[in-house]
Amino acid sequence: MMIMDTTMTLRGAALAPDPSGALVWPAERTLVVADLHLEKGSAFAARGRMLPPYDTRATLDRLADLVERLAPQRVICLGDSFHDRRAASRMEAGDVARLRDLTGRVADWLWVTGNHDPEPPEGFGGRILDELALGPLTFRHEAVPGALGELSGHLHPVAAVVVPGRRVRERCFAFDGGKLILPAFGAFAGGLNVLDPAVSGLLAERFEVHLLARGKLHRFPRSRLSPDKG
Amino acid sequence: MPDLPSPLLPANVQGWFRSRGWAPHPHQLAMVEAAAAGDSALLIAPTGGGKTLAGFLPSLIDLAERPREGLHTLYISPLKALAVDIQRNLEEPVAEMRLPIRTETRTGDTPESKRRRQRANPPHILMTTPESLALMIAYADAATIFRHLRCVIIDELHALAGTKRGDLLALGLARLAKLAPQARRVGLSATVAEPAQLLAWLSKTGHADGGDVRLVTGRAGASAEVDILTTRERLPWSGRMAMHALKEVYQRIRAHRTTLLFVNTRAQAELIFQELWRLNDDTLPIALHHGSLAAEQRRKVEAAMAAGKLRAVVATSSLDLGIDWAAVDLVVQIGAPKGASRLVQRIGRANHRLDEPSRALLVPANRFEVLECRAALDAVAAMSLDGERPRPGGLDVLAQHMLGMACAEPFRPDDLYDEVVCAAPYAGLARDEFDDVLDFVATGGYALGNYERFHRLTLREDGRMAVAGPAVARQYRMNVGTITQEAMLRVRLSRGLVLGEVEEHFIQGLTPGDTFVFAGQLLKFLGIREMEAQVAKGGTGEPKVPAYAGGRLPLTTALADRVRAMLADPAQWPGLPEDVQEWLRLQRWRSVLPARDGLLVESFPKAGKRFLVVYAFEGRNAHQTLGMLLTRRMERMGYGPLGFVATDYVLAVWSLRTPKDMDGLFDQDMLGDDLEAWMDESSMLRRTFRNVALITGVIDRRHPRQEKSGRQVTFSSDLIYDVLRKHDPGHVLLRATRADAAGGLTDVRRLSDFLTRVKGRITHKDLDRISPLAVPVILEIGRERVDGSATDELLEQAAADLVAEAMPELDLPRAEPRDAQGRLTL
Repeated sequence: MMIMDTTMTLRGAALAPDPSGALVWPAERTLVVADLHLEKGSAFAARGRMLPPYDTRATLDRLADLVERLAPQRVICLGDSFHDRRAASRMEAGDVARLRDLTGRVADWLWVTGNHDPEPPEGFGGRILDELALGPLTFRHEAVPGALGELSGHLHPVAAVVVPGRRVRERCFAFDGGKLILPAFGAFAGGLNVLDPAVSGLLAERFEVHLLARGKLHRFPRSRLSPDKG
Repeated sequence: MPDLPSPLLPANVQGWFRSRGWAPHPHQLAMVEAAAAGDSALLIAPTGGGKTLAGFLPSLIDLAERPREGLHTLYISPLKALAVDIQRNLEEPVAEMRLPIRTETRTGDTPESKRRRQRANPPHILMTTPESLALMIAYADAATIFRHLRCVIIDELHALAGTKRGDLLALGLARLAKLAPQARRVGLSATVAEPAQLLAWLSKTGHADGGDVRLVTGRAGASAEVDILTTRERLPWSGRMAMHALKEVYQRIRAHRTTLLFVNTRAQAELIFQELWRLNDDTLPIALHHGSLAAEQRRKVEAAMAAGKLRAVVATSSLDLGIDWAAVDLVVQIGAPKGASRLVQRIGRANHRLDEPSRALLVPANRFEVLECRAALDAVAAMSLDGERPRPGGLDVLAQHMLGMACAEPFRPDDLYDEVVCAAPYAGLARDEFDDVLDFVATGGYALGNYERFHRLTLREDGRMAVAGPAVARQYRMNVGTITQEAMLRVRLSRGLVLGEVEEHFIQGLTPGDTFVFAGQLLKFLGIREMEAQVAKGGTGEPKVPAYAGGRLPLTTALADRVRAMLADPAQWPGLPEDVQEWLRLQRWRSVLPARDGLLVESFPKAGKRFLVVYAFEGRNAHQTLGMLLTRRMERMGYGPLGFVATDYVLAVWSLRTPKDMDGLFDQDMLGDDLEAWMDESSMLRRTFRNVALITGVIDRRHPRQEKSGRQVTFSSDLIYDVLRKHDPGHVLLRATRADAAGGLTDVRRLSDFLTRVKGRITHKDLDRISPLAVPVILEIGRERVDGSATDELLEQAAADLVAEAMPELDLPRAEPRDAQGRLTL
């Protein structure tokens, strides 16, 4: 089977998207994930909508697999890691222990703040930052128009492609050579089509996406994408 | 007999019948008699025997003799439009008999002010739908509204029983029996195979032998005259459109006053309507009617039909139910009817005067359909209709109902359980199943216990469950109902007219400039604006006909059995067209005929591949599932399966090598792990889960008019499904999903009966070339999309096509090291 080249180069840094939705910067042994939205299920339940409570566990399991497989020296969570201010107080004891154990296994764990978690809970280990500059790259939750060499989350990009007989809509990385927007990693995080002006307006005229479908990555230029309605 | 005064009818009612020149039918009198005895009644009668009037007559008499205020009779119809029509039609006798009776409708379209007024000051007779009833009994004042209720009439009961809407209604009736124990139930139904199932459904005990329901059977009309079109053209080998026969059909339309043409899918309706207008040299008024057309347009067609202004209407099941049109003198069924009951109901739409026979014409679209049409006719003549085993009520519907009942007033779980098992669909509900559903409604019911502090229901000190707050009740009212359908987009002509709605996924598969046929016209797709598909008339190129999700029903088991018997028995062939007889004789010569109780499997080479044709006759859905399971197994056994195609009659699988051991291949153990694995992965189960999640209020219904365009983060039920399946596989939501999928959608039970039936009776014919009987299914290849895990390959191919496409502004460096799954290694 042919393996397609999906590496992206941003200001000279070679970045590799992973089919799990995480991004890997091999030269820095760094793993980047966006929008974990831990305890989103219980936030809904608190308002009477009984979503299953397992989203935190599902998200942490996938993250733990990556840490195990890649043994990164640094993990950067790009904000909205916790769904709301009270997320930690609702988290089940087993999940609390799991998250502490996970951050303890990585030399440098970084929580970038997001609009859902302007003050991420203390006590899970790691450092809290509003944004981070590392070598040629900037890591922040929300993309700043015009900023180059920037990695961000916040928008939960998804893309849709029409292939013969069906339409496939999945999470994706969006990349225009100057900016890279990561897909949401959280189990219950929804998505926003990259052709929506809220996403495409931040990117250059020509951009590409790396679509996560059934455990594989598929690369498409903007011209091949299909909008949602409206 | 017609002129004898009946002691059952008061003078003004008798006078009204006389003024019309009518005499009451015996079944109408029997209904009055049942009412006088205080019994519930099930009326089974063909369309047009004054069935609706028979239902209302006892209420009219009671109110004429003892005029009083308060809601007396509740009429429930599966269709909003039908409720409105019935109200209008009842106004006439009420006015002519000068009865002091107020009749009104209450549906989703009724304005809020009127609904409030109806609760404070209800009419004598209220026409409504199952959903509106669910809302009414969930109000705190429900006991007051219904305290005087004497009668509940359920129309088109055969269409409601056995569906989720029927489940919701059955639960609503169980509550009404508590609020108004004196109220009788009246069910009106078309002819069905198993009246006992409907008797149970109607009984306040939930059982057929409850003894509280009388069965009243209307006199059967003159037997129908039904022909199969013997075309002068050569019969097609495959296809479903019957284009070859439309010239002859057009001649029949010319020779009759009003013709109703039934087809099986909306796409078929569009094409046949187009073709008929191409042939319509006399410009006869011919109209189109199907469920996707704008409501106003459908009403216009119905009104024109009622006024006798049309010569023909091409319709789908959208006209299976509804008010009677006396003027129809010919019913044409294009394509095979797929079931005997459905055929009887459609034929019954012609000639509603019982003394005149209905006339109908069946137009088979291909050779197998000739056999099926003949089998359906034999079944109708023998009055053997398709019986289906009743399925248990949905747990998702029960969950919705529990929340509604808590909104009305706090309840004791023991009391509610006793009430619920009096509804026939829930008569077999185990107490622990009930408790699991209640637990889900109250706190989510998840194995991980950290939701205990979040409640929709709270347990009070007196042992009653109560709604946790007004927000929960609001949420319930927003989400009530069981109808879940795929998101639809309105289709608007560029100058402003709305033509109807089509499934969103169909529109999303179009690119601007594509053409498609809809509402009887060739349209060019311009784009999507403000949640609507913008189109223009005309356009060029091959049209993409709407590929609608719904409408295609599989062949029923009873009919399939008749087709098998006919094939196996040459003595039954002489009635068949010569083309078909010759085809069967050739099959006998070149291979063998499928035996009635065994299974014939043929294999032969074609175009470098090995084909396996399985003559199962179990309907398309069961064949789809069988195809999935067989190809999985063949893959494991190393036969290299490449694809499969399923029709209603046959399954064809193609592969690199031919399997030798047929008994092993068709062993029943295929329904074990493979089925589980496949079901869990399939998009069908995800769709089913979405419906369950909507009905139980786990996710919100999208209300199309509230939706704003612009930035939308969509939260899909697939995410919940994946997480739940992994972490709480026994959860009640998943149990409800699997029950739905196994019962209604995949025909797994049918498949399991089939595998049992053919065990040890498989005939394998290894041929050197294709057999005559295999030709139709082989022609289907390429016409049908093969569902399955092909998405990967399609995506890879689409992406590979683009690998060469240069993206100059992007700097693309060499690949990083990756493992076999394409994942990175550091």
